[in-house]
Amino acid sequence: MTTLSATPVPRASGAFWRRTWAMLIKEFIQLKRDRVSFAMIVMIPLVQLLLFGYAINTNPRHLPTAVLLQEQSDLGRSILKAIQNTAYFDVTHIVHDETEFDRLLASSAVLFAIEIPANFERAVRRGDRPALLVAVDATDPVAAGSAMAALGTLVQSALLHDRAVPDGPGAPFEIRTHARYNPAANTSLNIVPGLVGTILTMTMLIFTALSVTREIERGTMESLLAMPITPVEIMLGKIVPYIIVGFVQASLIIGLGIGLFGVPLLGSLLLLALLSTLFITTNLSVGYTFSTIAQNQLQAMQMSMMFFLPNILLSGFMFPFAGMPAWAQWIGELLPLTHYLRIVRGIMLKGAALADLRYDALALAGLMLVAMLIAISRFRRTLD
Amino acid sequence: MTAAADIAIDVEGLTKSFDGRKVVRNLSMRVKRGEIYGFLGPNGSGKTTTIRMLCGLLTPDEGSGTCLGYDIRAQADEIKRHVGYMTQRFSLYQDLSVRENLEFVARLYGLARPAAAARAVIDRLRLEDRQAQLAGELSGGWKQRLALGACTLPNPQLLLLDEPTAGVDPKARREFWNEIHALAAHGLTVLVSTHYMDEAERCHEIAYIAYGVLLAHGTVDEVIAASRLVTYTVSARDGELSALAEELGRRAGVDMVAPFGTSLHVCARDEAALEAAIAPYRTQPQLAWTRSEPSLEDVFIDLMGRAQDRLQ
Ligand SMILES: Nc1ncnc2c1ncn2[C@@H]1O[C@H](COP(=O)(O)OP(=O)(O)O)[C@@H](O)[C@H]1O
Ligand SMILES: [Mg+2]
Repeated sequence: MTTLSATPVPRASGAFWRRTWAMLIKEFIQLKRDRVSFAMIVMIPLVQLLLFGYAINTNPRHLPTAVLLQEQSDLGRSILKAIQNTAYFDVTHIVHDETEFDRLLASSAVLFAIEIPANFERAVRRGDRPALLVAVDATDPVAAGSAMAALGTLVQSALLHDRAVPDGPGAPFEIRTHARYNPAANTSLNIVPGLVGTILTMTMLIFTALSVTREIERGTMESLLAMPITPVEIMLGKIVPYIIVGFVQASLIIGLGIGLFGVPLLGSLLLLALLSTLFITTNLSVGYTFSTIAQNQLQAMQMSMMFFLPNILLSGFMFPFAGMPAWAQWIGELLPLTHYLRIVRGIMLKGAALADLRYDALALAGLMLVAMLIAISRFRRTLD
Repeated sequence: MTAAADIAIDVEGLTKSFDGRKVVRNLSMRVKRGEIYGFLGPNGSGKTTTIRMLCGLLTPDEGSGTCLGYDIRAQADEIKRHVGYMTQRFSLYQDLSVRENLEFVARLYGLARPAAAARAVIDRLRLEDRQAQLAGELSGGWKQRLALGACTLPNPQLLLLDEPTAGVDPKARREFWNEIHALAAHGLTVLVSTHYMDEAERCHEIAYIAYGVLLAHGTVDEVIAASRLVTYTVSARDGELSALAEELGRRAGVDMVAPFGTSLHVCARDEAALEAAIAPYRTQPQLAWTRSEPSLEDVFIDLMGRAQDRLQ
């Protein structure tokens, strides 16, 4: 028998390593060519670590608080100061009647509402141990928890040597807290509506993030661009089907939340459906925008991940929004999930109406428009 | 302009660069309505780039012109409505069936009854047995036919076909050309790029492009005549030609030697020089020499060689 080749057949294990090595070299070359992926390898961990490491705080302070002063007194002012000094509370609103209290709580403008009732100072002097009324938005039990614990002890000890407070055994007044919306501090009541938003963000982004890159990679974009269709038409044609998909998905999760986890629906179902549709469309638009920016499907997926993580971590889903530093809250305000969480928790747990949620609804609509405008301006009508 | 009515494509000085490299240079062309215009050239010569500029998919760096009377820079939308473009690479949806693809195109062009329009194309191109098959699962020839169906469906006035027969078997190629001739007979203008020489013979007029430069145009006979290439065909009684080809190719005065069936084509532009160069061989008894017409391929290879000298 004659051999055709002069090179000896390598031993099996040698060939194994040689082929593995060939594959490895090829992968490295390809990775090096893909600049964006290369940047992501460094940027993702760096940005995410710095961003979230500094932003996340499970012991939130400076929680927005409204105060209703039913009397003007030295004692009242001292209590107010003591509350501020605990650093857990930031008095952001001084209000004059209880309906305003309710409105601020329902729209999530404040987490706490503290009322100093009329004749409070006189009752303290008489030793009647009157009650300081504190209403807490308990939809997020984590956010409220440590501040509630601090309230009693810190305020009382801060007032211990205050001139306005008469000395005497025991506390001069009692703090009566009233947990609104989620009195049992049931975390699933808060988490389930949050999950609606999180799951929708994830699935909606993925649906559209690949839509344009896929057409480019498969070569179908060339035909499409040669036909009389405009970028707006392509965008709407790609987004609308998934609005329906998203709507079905949202109904499913909300239905399960109510049925399995006993989450109440205090507000209007119609309003929830409308604003959920808005939220779904916003995320689809953001995903579509990524697909007009990314050069291939991998990049589109990476962009979606880069967007998804802050949505989870800075929106108030995982960690209390009010506990984040101001700059992180500003980033949070730019994320659709932040606004949707206020909407879905507001409608389901607090019975919020459109008037309470108008700012968040407008923010979602604004984000959607910005995303769409970027997508349309980024969409390349030629192959240049 | 009196020509506008019977000129489908009229462009001047088109130039396009990618990453600083000119791939189409100062290209001008004119295609009459109702004509089948062959666009020939080797791979990478700029055929696809030119076609894309004609239908508004690429913006020329320089140059201007009209397609069906519409400005190629400013009226891309109008052009898209009246031009059918068949891309070099199959670009319909692989995961849609034949019928779904056709209906999609029909709806996109706003046809009143998309299903009926798709049906008509399926009948005309005899796709009925495959109408439910996914486009991605079709063989090359059927894909080509579907793509032709899709770009003719909205009744365009001009077809731009980019290498429609590349990689298709001879029978399917012949049927494809019959179809193109049938369409042209109905008044459609067809610009078809190819690198098959035999397909040039099926065109009313041709243009030849190499290195992004349009080197020749006209009917096949005109292009051959314009080349002024003097050609001899030589055959050997013993059939041994490879050594002879090499020897002749090295001689001054011979521009090109190319095998042609069982003989050789020996070509040059300077007749006297060629006569002098081959004189010693003409007396050899085992060789038979005849003066002949150059083939289109001879002409193109010669044009390309000269362009290469000029441009590189
Ligand atoms: N989008 C592009 N980017 C960079 N180079 C390109 C692009 N399209 C074509 N080219 C280059 O332009 C030249 C001409 O290409 P093309 O027009 O496709 O030629 P043909 O269709 O005649 O084969 C080739 O060298 C090709 O590599
Ligand atoms: Mg090409």
